[in-house]
Amino acid sequence: MRKYVPKDSVQKKAYYTDRFHVVPSVPTQDVSTDEIFSKQLEILSSKVEIKSAYIQVGQMRVEINHQDNYKAIEILKNECGYEMMSEMSAVDYLAKDGTFEVFYQLLNLKERKRVRVVCRIEQGLAVESIVPLYKAANFAEREMFDMFGIVVNNHPFLKRIIMPDDWEGHPLLKTYPLQGDEFASWYEVDKIFGKDAREAIGPENRDPARIDRYDTKRFSRVGREVPFGADISNGEPETPIEYSTTFLVDYNASQTQLEDRK
Amino acid sequence: MAQHQVNYASAGGLPVALTTVDHLINWGRSNSLWPLTYGLACCAIEMMASGDSRYDFDRFGTIFRASPRQADVMILAGTLSKKHAEFARRLYDQMTEPKWVISMGSCANTGGMFNTYATVQGVDRIVPVDIYLPGCAPRPETLQYALMMLQKKIRKESANMNKNKKQNLRLI
Repeated sequence: MRKYVPKDSVQKKAYYTDRFHVVPSVPTQDVSTDEIFSKQLEILSSKVEIKSAYIQVGQMRVEINHQDNYKAIEILKNECGYEMMSEMSAVDYLAKDGTFEVFYQLLNLKERKRVRVVCRIEQGLAVESIVPLYKAANFAEREMFDMFGIVVNNHPFLKRIIMPDDWEGHPLLKTYPLQGDEFASWYEVDKIFGKDAREAIGPENRDPARIDRYDTKRFSRVGREVPFGADISNGEPETPIEYSTTFLVDYNASQTQLEDRK
Repeated sequence: MAQHQVNYASAGGLPVALTTVDHLINWGRSNSLWPLTYGLACCAIEMMASGDSRYDFDRFGTIFRASPRQADVMILAGTLSKKHAEFARRLYDQMTEPKWVISMGSCANTGGMFNTYATVQGVDRIVPVDIYLPGCAPRPETLQYALMMLQKKIRKESANMNKNKKQNLRLI
């Protein structure tokens, strides 16, 4: 049996690694290997501080300070031809180093180039909205706020987009349980019937294979059908098997009939 | 027209059929079940297919109605998210008595494969369900069968709905 290891800090460190596991890595190239990218990086580095930059899978990844995000994306849009923002969101690295990685995926349609602008922000800090540059950022930033709780400054309408407005918690955080916390598990009951109904309705069944042996209000055992809601704690009667009377051989009634046919 | 006049008394009986009020009312109710036009997810596609000419729901007297005020049956067809649960219940409350609920598909029955924070784990948490229809997604034939089972259930129960409420007390 494998040795038990406490799993409290699962996010910080993997508690088990396969002996033959090889960490996959994606090869990276220097920005100078691509003419267009190196030209664009030159324009960008003259105005904002670049923390790191490299090419991976044919895309340039540029890391900047989070205060410069608007400025850097404005330069990329107006001077480098990145006229489309295809995606933006965040990645939760809170357990690792207490920061979120906010990324913006930009597309240059004329030169067929993609660039990913990345910045790290600590929990509790806000990023600047890029809605004035890209309309597509409106919903994406709302989703980031909804899923991670990252506040976006100067956003025209910052409110939850996927979860209900009165929801508690941010579901895409690594610390958020997949099957929901206490609030989530009672959400619809509290909202529709009130907290008093919790006892009558009961907790959610999260076990798809759960069978309640004495529950006659849902499904009965095959061959032991009983009336709805009957008490079967003292055993239930066996339902007799009925053979079709239109069938050629009546096994119940006639053994001779069967022998005749043989 | 005199030659066509039927002499009922001599033709084997008067034009009278004897029945109970319960039977008569349930006959009417079970043969004109109007479901609400209300789809939640992919099961709704199968529900729509049941309504079209190939499967022909109309022959059961089942005609989809766009208003909960005119509907008798709510077919909860698909995944019910927690955000939407409130509105599903509101639509159910707006339907006039007598009303029935068919829970269509695995997601509506138990939450199905969506064992997550955002999905209601079985619509019986918010509305009283009459028929649980398994499948992912159930084919139109299966929905027809579920409807026939509901008809069968209606024909068995009392026409006085107050008597039938007992079993659903939990959620009324």
